[in-house]
Amino acid sequence: MPRELRRKTPEELLREVQSEEGAVHNARLKIFLGYASGVGKSFRMFAEAKRRRERGQDVVVAAVQPVMSADVGDLLRNLETIPQVAVGEDTAIDLNGVLRRHPSVCVIDGLAYDNPPGFRNSTRWEDVGEMLRAGISVITSVNIQYVAELRELIESVTGKRVSPTVPMSFIQSADEIEIVDAPPEEPMERSPEQQLDAVKREQRLSRLREMALVLTADVVDHQLNEYLQRHGIQQHFGTNERVMVCITPRANVHEMVETARSIAEKFHGELIGAYVSQPDISAADQTALDEKLAMARSAGASIEILEGEDPVDTLLDFARSRGVTQLFIGHSQRSGLWSRLWGNPVDKIIHRSRGMDVRIFPQ
Amino acid sequence: MLEHRTGKLKIFMGYAAGVGKTYMMLEEAHELKAQGVDVVIGYFEPHGRKDTIVRAEGLELIPRKKIEYRGAVFDEMDTEAILARKPAVCVVDEFPHTNVPGSARLKRWEDVQLLLDSGIDVLTTMNIQHLESLNDQVWQITGIHVRETIPDWVMQRADQVVMVDVTPRALLNRLERGVVYGREKAERALQNFFRESTLVALREMALRQTAHEVEHRSAVETSDGWAGHGSFGHRGAHHRILILVTAEPKTAMLIRRAKRVGDFLDAEVFAVTVHSGGLRALSEQERESVERHLNFARNLHIETRVLEGEDLASTLVDFARRNQITQIFLARPRERDWRSLVGRDLIQRVVGLAKDMQVVIVSEREMVEY
Repeated sequence: MPRELRRKTPEELLREVQSEEGAVHNARLKIFLGYASGVGKSFRMFAEAKRRRERGQDVVVAAVQPVMSADVGDLLRNLETIPQVAVGEDTAIDLNGVLRRHPSVCVIDGLAYDNPPGFRNSTRWEDVGEMLRAGISVITSVNIQYVAELRELIESVTGKRVSPTVPMSFIQSADEIEIVDAPPEEPMERSPEQQLDAVKREQRLSRLREMALVLTADVVDHQLNEYLQRHGIQQHFGTNERVMVCITPRANVHEMVETARSIAEKFHGELIGAYVSQPDISAADQTALDEKLAMARSAGASIEILEGEDPVDTLLDFARSRGVTQLFIGHSQRSGLWSRLWGNPVDKIIHRSRGMDVRIFPQ
Repeated sequence: MLEHRTGKLKIFMGYAAGVGKTYMMLEEAHELKAQGVDVVIGYFEPHGRKDTIVRAEGLELIPRKKIEYRGAVFDEMDTEAILARKPAVCVVDEFPHTNVPGSARLKRWEDVQLLLDSGIDVLTTMNIQHLESLNDQVWQITGIHVRETIPDWVMQRADQVVMVDVTPRALLNRLERGVVYGREKAERALQNFFRESTLVALREMALRQTAHEVEHRSAVETSDGWAGHGSFGHRGAHHRILILVTAEPKTAMLIRRAKRVGDFLDAEVFAVTVHSGGLRALSEQERESVERHLNFARNLHIETRVLEGEDLASTLVDFARRNQITQIFLARPRERDWRSLVGRDLIQRVVGLAKDMQVVIVSEREMVEY
């Protein structure tokens, strides 16, 4: 569905209300994101907890990892802890205990856990949601492997399927996200087979690391756009490359979409396909158009059907509002002959497209 | 160990002063030392930060060199002393630093290059705003033209780039508490570079660049066929980019942008300037500008050529066709050239002639207004 014609979904409205409520209570969610265990998330998080306590904040720890390093153990010694509740081999946060104690900040090492049966919430991230709604700020840590929407991609990289997950929307709702980045240890020199295994492991970790960096950048981008909106700033910063392909029934969409997809991917950016509705379009053109829109969609583009009197202005207004940095247009052979005429659409687009690059494709 | 081994370079990437780059680098130096590695500090900038100064204790420090310039004495890294000392690993803060005139080399990254060439591993720090290809965008966001830059190819040669992340809110807290700068300086810093939106934007750029560096490195390593997982591994389409260099000041912006896009596409990038009668026929002022731009391109590792031809568009496109160029990059004409049709005419003619190529018109970014 074209995004600009869409109304806000109830969930979106709810999120807005919730975030406003959150602001009233001043409860904030901060997430430390890592790409593997052992990169030092716990240490960084508990070091922050300790600093906050030293600055006079009321900090309580509600969950720790079953196995911890000596450094983390040292940090924990000076922090108040509400023990987890054990059910057989499983454990859960003592949510009621935390709510009763009502600290200003609650620290939870490990966000991706399912609660044992019989608890109010089935997952730990829902427990965290409840704390936030009660006005308790939360600092927590999570590995990229546990983001629900990335599960399939991660599985293709690691060959493993993780079961407890956290929805992307929850990660994105964080007020602050911080990546704990460190390159994987270099494989030591061993036998050729071991060496190969080590190299493969390193490559897997690199992929996860890349994903964690991009996810953090996307969350930051989201925050930046919210900031700009809140402050009424119309302009975009161009921190994320956004490639927009202008689709017409006769355009050589294949080459445009292929190039756009490759550029958007390389830049970890966004891909948009836009079409300006034409009132009297022939059946043949409509078929061609539908095919081209489908091609763009299957390349991963979000499709926008725009309405407007002047196609050039409509495209450019939309591109500007979405912070497009690269605009892709087709150029028909005919306009070579018309090049000196005003009103040539290519000429007009270049003239009016200040602040973004225009890539013209041969037809 | 091999006889002639090039040292490994590791960059700690940040997005502002005070995110903890130097601290993390020193932390790693201590770890290496604990493992028995011979580590020295070649240069480090304490900025009067207590935590950082404490972190440097216990590590061998190579004394700085004093250089006199216009009656003042400046401290610079003593590269020759480090080479003579020949440690396994050397810590060098502030990679993009420009040396004081009179130093053996213009830039600190050139000193680092020398250390690497002699087989010394180097740990160093930089902020994203110092990367050459992002210069225009950084200006757009901050209003500041950063002068001390690192060419992208220098960073590409690093073995590792690590993001030193901290949220802008935490950074601003540190700044307000006077951890990062002295109090007075902090209040001034809060006004421009340290505006929250600026920090958020720079942080996003640093994260994306680091992601690109990680991907680029693993893509090179996986050229044996392991690549191609998900949608990330798509490589191989062969792009060749041609940039038109003119005397116009915005040529620098065009070169940076074209090179950045080229690097991300694994494309080969060339730059040409076209004049009937060659450079000699130009006015002195124009020739200087063109030569400066060609030189700038070469410093970014772009091959350049001066073409002679009566007709700019056809000379450019002929050259492009003979050299299997797939994309031509031109700067967007100035407003007054739109009116006089000069710039438009060039674009229309190039587009009309280069029927088998993509033509990219690069526009100057506009500064964000608050």
